[in-house]
Amino acid sequence: MPTTAPAFSDATASDSALRRFLFGLPGVDAVGLEARAASLGTRSIKTTAKAYAIDLAISMIDLTTLEGADTPGKVRALAAKAVNPDPTDRTTPRTAAVCVYPDMAATAAAALAGSGVKVASVATAFPAGRAALDVKLADVRDAVAAGADEIDMVIDRGAFLSGRFLKVYEEIVAVKAECGAARLKVIFETGELSTYDNIRRASWIGMLAGADFIKTSTGKVATNATPANTLLMLEAVRDFRAQTGTQIGVKPAGGIRTTKDAVKFLVLVNETAGEDWLDPHWFRFGASSLLNDLLMQRQKLSTGRYSGPDYVTVD
Amino acid sequence: MSDQNRLGVFKTYKLYVGGKFPRSESGRVYEVTDSKGQWLANAPQSSRKDARDAVVAARKAFGGWSGATAYNRGQVLYRVAEMLEGRKEQFVREVAASEGLSKSKAAAVVDAAIDRWVWYAGWTDKIGQISGGANPVAGPFFNLSTPEPTGVVAVLAPRKSSLLGLVSVIAPVIATGNTAVVVASADAPLPALSLGEVLATSDVPGGVVNILSGVTAEIAAPLAAHQDVNAIDLTGADAALAKELEIAAADNLKRVLRPRPAGADGASDSTDWSAAPGTHRLTAFLETKTVWHPTGALGASGSSY
Repeated sequence: MPTTAPAFSDATASDSALRRFLFGLPGVDAVGLEARAASLGTRSIKTTAKAYAIDLAISMIDLTTLEGADTPGKVRALAAKAVNPDPTDRTTPRTAAVCVYPDMAATAAAALAGSGVKVASVATAFPAGRAALDVKLADVRDAVAAGADEIDMVIDRGAFLSGRFLKVYEEIVAVKAECGAARLKVIFETGELSTYDNIRRASWIGMLAGADFIKTSTGKVATNATPANTLLMLEAVRDFRAQTGTQIGVKPAGGIRTTKDAVKFLVLVNETAGEDWLDPHWFRFGASSLLNDLLMQRQKLSTGRYSGPDYVTVD
Repeated sequence: MSDQNRLGVFKTYKLYVGGKFPRSESGRVYEVTDSKGQWLANAPQSSRKDARDAVVAARKAFGGWSGATAYNRGQVLYRVAEMLEGRKEQFVREVAASEGLSKSKAAAVVDAAIDRWVWYAGWTDKIGQISGGANPVAGPFFNLSTPEPTGVVAVLAPRKSSLLGLVSVIAPVIATGNTAVVVASADAPLPALSLGEVLATSDVPGGVVNILSGVTAEIAAPLAAHQDVNAIDLTGADAALAKELEIAAADNLKRVLRPRPAGADGASDSTDWSAAPGTHRLTAFLETKTVWHPTGALGASGSSY
């Protein structure tokens, strides 16, 4: 399978060609972008539309635990929650995936076997990505061998910020080759890229290199997913499909904690990329505490009374 | 500059939630009048979402406030009295207008309200002794009961006594370490909203007391049904509303403090707030934790200690 669409094959031929291509992308109007994201965030989503949005958001969650203190028990508990988020209401949809470190992928895969919930594993020396390519590839191989259906890799921000775009590109291509059947999510760590123009360039590098998903951030730095940077990435996948016919997913991660925030992101998806992306196959939330808030809101809609944190699991 | 040349500066009364002064999320206000029907000010008309936000703020504040030492809480409550003393004039004016009292009677009410804070400030580190203690048990154990705060308490303030009654229902709730969501009297909310400004400058952590104004039934219904509210004080509800709220509150077994039975004139709000309050409001929102600690075998005397 060619990883690069024919129309762009010459763009990745050399470092200078890639640089020319990336700097030829239209500049981002930062004020306009933020204003657009903010205005879409004011939509009022109520009653049945809200119920639909809540269920859709739950089904799009990559339920994540990426802590040094993760234990097999915690991963199994999280897997149980992903399969059955609200034991008091069996109509609650499953989450899309459980996202763990590579050494926990086997535990997660065993716990989720046959449930339909995917196993996502971060890899490539997450979250910093500061390791030799061989080590990163070994990390990916380990995760795939352990049963990961999806790999979340981080780009080499050091190379990107110093202008070695081809190195970033080739690393993604190499990781993609190791993934086999697993889908590849490419994390840009937008909080470290400084400018919206850089986020647009990184998005195109990721898409050209064969990413199945482009993802905002690791959740480990101060600035994570924002409506503006997610909007920008949604525009990138929309433009990419218009030009190549290839659809690519988007995953904002980190900092999305409330139902209100999640619904704002869904509005962005619908208004920017379109309905085709309103599906767990094409849009994900990287989150953990978000699920509890969605469940409490869901309980409020079904019972008419406000729920509380005593009625969802502690994780 | 003479008074004729000066433009009037009207006060925008706002809610007090989480240590901040927001307007109602709904953007609504309603007209507050004095006892003769003359317009006094516009007060925010809270919605159920304001109630929800207030509960979130109260829950967030609960850990810190209930974990503070009783001595510290006493100091903070005394500080409220100090701040209130400094703003006495404003409260005399508001109470006089709200309740139709003469200036001297209103001043007596404000003095009593200030003294009530001091009285409850003194109770914070003493309530443990009167509602807890060592229990005699027939076994080799120390058996100790100690009172703990219930949690987030929704308080419907008295409808008529706009300051003294209000203080008399808030102070006992927070003195023991609970946090409160207070629904001010619908007819006389101005002293309550101004009390929020006093609390904000009295070292009371944001969220410990949250004050909402508006239609009592509209705000109280979601609070009574709220699964994250642990208790409700129905003092300001009439008999029909109190019954409805108590049914809603039963869903998650909230502690309920019922209003006093209706007086001879049929008005349920016949409590004399100037009377000595006693401790029943302090103990209404406490849970008892009992600890059994083994002391070893009983000796010949029947006790090893």
